[in-house]
Amino acid sequence: MSMKASTRQVDGVTIVDLSGRITLGEGSVVLRDTIKDLLGKGAKHILLNLGDVSYIDSSGIGELVSAFTSVQRQGGELKLLHLTKKVHDLLQITKLYTVFDVQEEEATAISAFKK
Amino acid sequence: MESTLESVNKAEEMAGQTAKDAGFEEDVRDGITMAVREAMINAVLHGNAYDPNKRVNLSFEQNGSELIITIGDEGKGLEPEEVPDPLAPENLMKQSGRGIFLIRAFMDEVRFRKLEPGTEITLIKRIPGPDLGRQEAST
Repeated sequence: MSMKASTRQVDGVTIVDLSGRITLGEGSVVLRDTIKDLLGKGAKHILLNLGDVSYIDSSGIGELVSAFTSVQRQGGELKLLHLTKKVHDLLQITKLYTVFDVQEEEATAISAFKK
Repeated sequence: MESTLESVNKAEEMAGQTAKDAGFEEDVRDGITMAVREAMINAVLHGNAYDPNKRVNLSFEQNGSELIITIGDEGKGLEPEEVPDPLAPENLMKQSGRGIFLIRAFMDEVRFRKLEPGTEITLIKRIPGPDLGRQEAST
């Protein structure tokens, strides 16, 4: 299954609904291009909804890290929402779980952005 | 196999099916398929650098107590000891360098062997069945 990304705006936060696999190749490129596009448009508060992301490989993890640092460099914030167990476990073993701000509820995540 | 992303995906599928046939639980199968995917990425991308003239050799073997997966490339060679620890604070936010760590995290044993040219990685996962059998036999 290829990766798909769609964006929507809620209370000044850009929510990116991702689905499929974030892996080396198309999946990582879709995520990279989406973040680049959003930053180009001046988005500062980005919430990545990973609820329908079935799989992430090391390339996908790298792309999440890259997205996080790119948004931070632009003075913005990036948070993660709705991690599946697989993705949660992967971020735990790579010690990235505490680096990312991981949220479980969309409304709580939106209000957690510093606006 | 050819040095392409399609080969990586194909190997991942084959690993999932082989692990299922060997009787591994779903969680363990996911780890095995990820380890195979990461090893294939190393072979195709870092080893053979997508060179159409270089091949990746993949084999699966079951010896009754272990699933043994071997992946060999024809690249410039890999020094696993020289790969930085991705959990070190200075490396935590690097974009790459987690592949071998993940392979080791999901497999019971990982061995590297130098080829002329290239690298061969052997991934071993112990099959839990025989131990269960021994427990049943002893009760």
